[in-house]
Amino acid sequence: MAGASVASDAATEIFTPASEEEAIAAFGDGTEVVVVGGGTIVMPDMTYRRLRPKKAVLLNGAALSGVSKDGSRVTIGATTPVQELVGMPAPLGPCAANVADIEIRSQATVGGNICAGEGHEAPRGDLQGAFLALGATARSAANGEVTEEPLEDFMPKRDGRLLLSLSFDEPAAGAYAGLDRPHTHDYTALSVSGTRSADGTIRLAATGAGSHGQRLPSAEAGDVEAAVNDVAPHDDALASAWYRTKVLPVLARRVLDELKESA
Amino acid sequence: MNLTVNGIDRDVDASALTPLLDVLRDELGVTGAKAGCHQGGCGACTVLVDGVPQRSCLLPTGYVDGKEITTVEGLGSPDDLSPIQQAFVHYYAAQCGFCTSGMMLAAQAYLDRGGSDDAESIQHALGGHVCRCTGYSKIIDAVAATARGDSFDLTTTAVGKHTTMANGGAE
Repeated sequence: MAGASVASDAATEIFTPASEEEAIAAFGDGTEVVVVGGGTIVMPDMTYRRLRPKKAVLLNGAALSGVSKDGSRVTIGATTPVQELVGMPAPLGPCAANVADIEIRSQATVGGNICAGEGHEAPRGDLQGAFLALGATARSAANGEVTEEPLEDFMPKRDGRLLLSLSFDEPAAGAYAGLDRPHTHDYTALSVSGTRSADGTIRLAATGAGSHGQRLPSAEAGDVEAAVNDVAPHDDALASAWYRTKVLPVLARRVLDELKESA
Repeated sequence: MNLTVNGIDRDVDASALTPLLDVLRDELGVTGAKAGCHQGGCGACTVLVDGVPQRSCLLPTGYVDGKEITTVEGLGSPDDLSPIQQAFVHYYAAQCGFCTSGMMLAAQAYLDRGGSDDAESIQHALGGHVCRCTGYSKIIDAVAATARGDSFDLTTTAVGKHTTMANGGAE
């Protein structure tokens, strides 16, 4: 066991930025950079030498943590611990409560969860569906340039950018329905998040129905059976693609019903 | 870097990226936190960071610079066991002992949050901890009894068997 420490330290340049500006500078263009948010995904990868980064940027001290509210606009810093979302209104609160256990949630960050690459054994990024359903905006940086864009546009390029914060307008109603986890440490096998905005717009998104969180436009229009056409589920250790296509309309229906009931 | 480990200031030479678990065990010789899976899945390495339970195998030591770390050694001493430690003795909640320090620290944090003796709440709080002896019932009983504020006779277990404490702690 003693040999499991990070032996590649000598070859890893470690950055500990103390501000957002320093974090953006340390990240640079992102080439061969491993961003350490809470560390819950990348630390084991380094311990077991699956990952030997040239550069590691430790975000803990970069002042990117915290939840703030300006009117109905909520902004969540990238290194806010997932545990801080537990207790928030649906879909975010119940979705966050379904992430691992309290020790992991206290350490894992919102940004790390959103930016997690697809796992070998299961889709990661439990919170992706909830933030997509909230119509969140992602603020991120690369090459010293900060941009804001819809989270949906950010998702495919998240590898090459440093996520700084997510923001969204509080919905008029929110709902969440997910499969129970076989074990507290399993990633979310499948969940559906939904919101209804003040003007009645419904947004639905799924986690676990593909390599990352996805909107469900067909189900948003009311046809829950057609939700399976919006996604491309995988077979993995948590569930088969077949099972996911059977359960997705059920979860979508539950979320839509709850959004209606709360109208 | 500098940590306070169980009330004692310790200087650390390891890099900021080294897992806290390795610093505790290999550099500081504090072995209460166990290296089970080294990837966050078993709970045996759990420590309290400023009172919050976290996995020391997942924590870059740079993240706890200047903070207060509590390991099982900081809960009580052999002569003066803390209530949760007494409960683990009385309920025979430690079998091989490998998960015990993590279990007790997570339980302590649960009790500090005002946790009750409700078995389901306790299961939830300890959900990330694996007992390879599968002695979960007794662990939950011990945490529930501590939550109720029970006091314990350390010479016998809850089912009337003698504990090692009956003989002054000698085997």
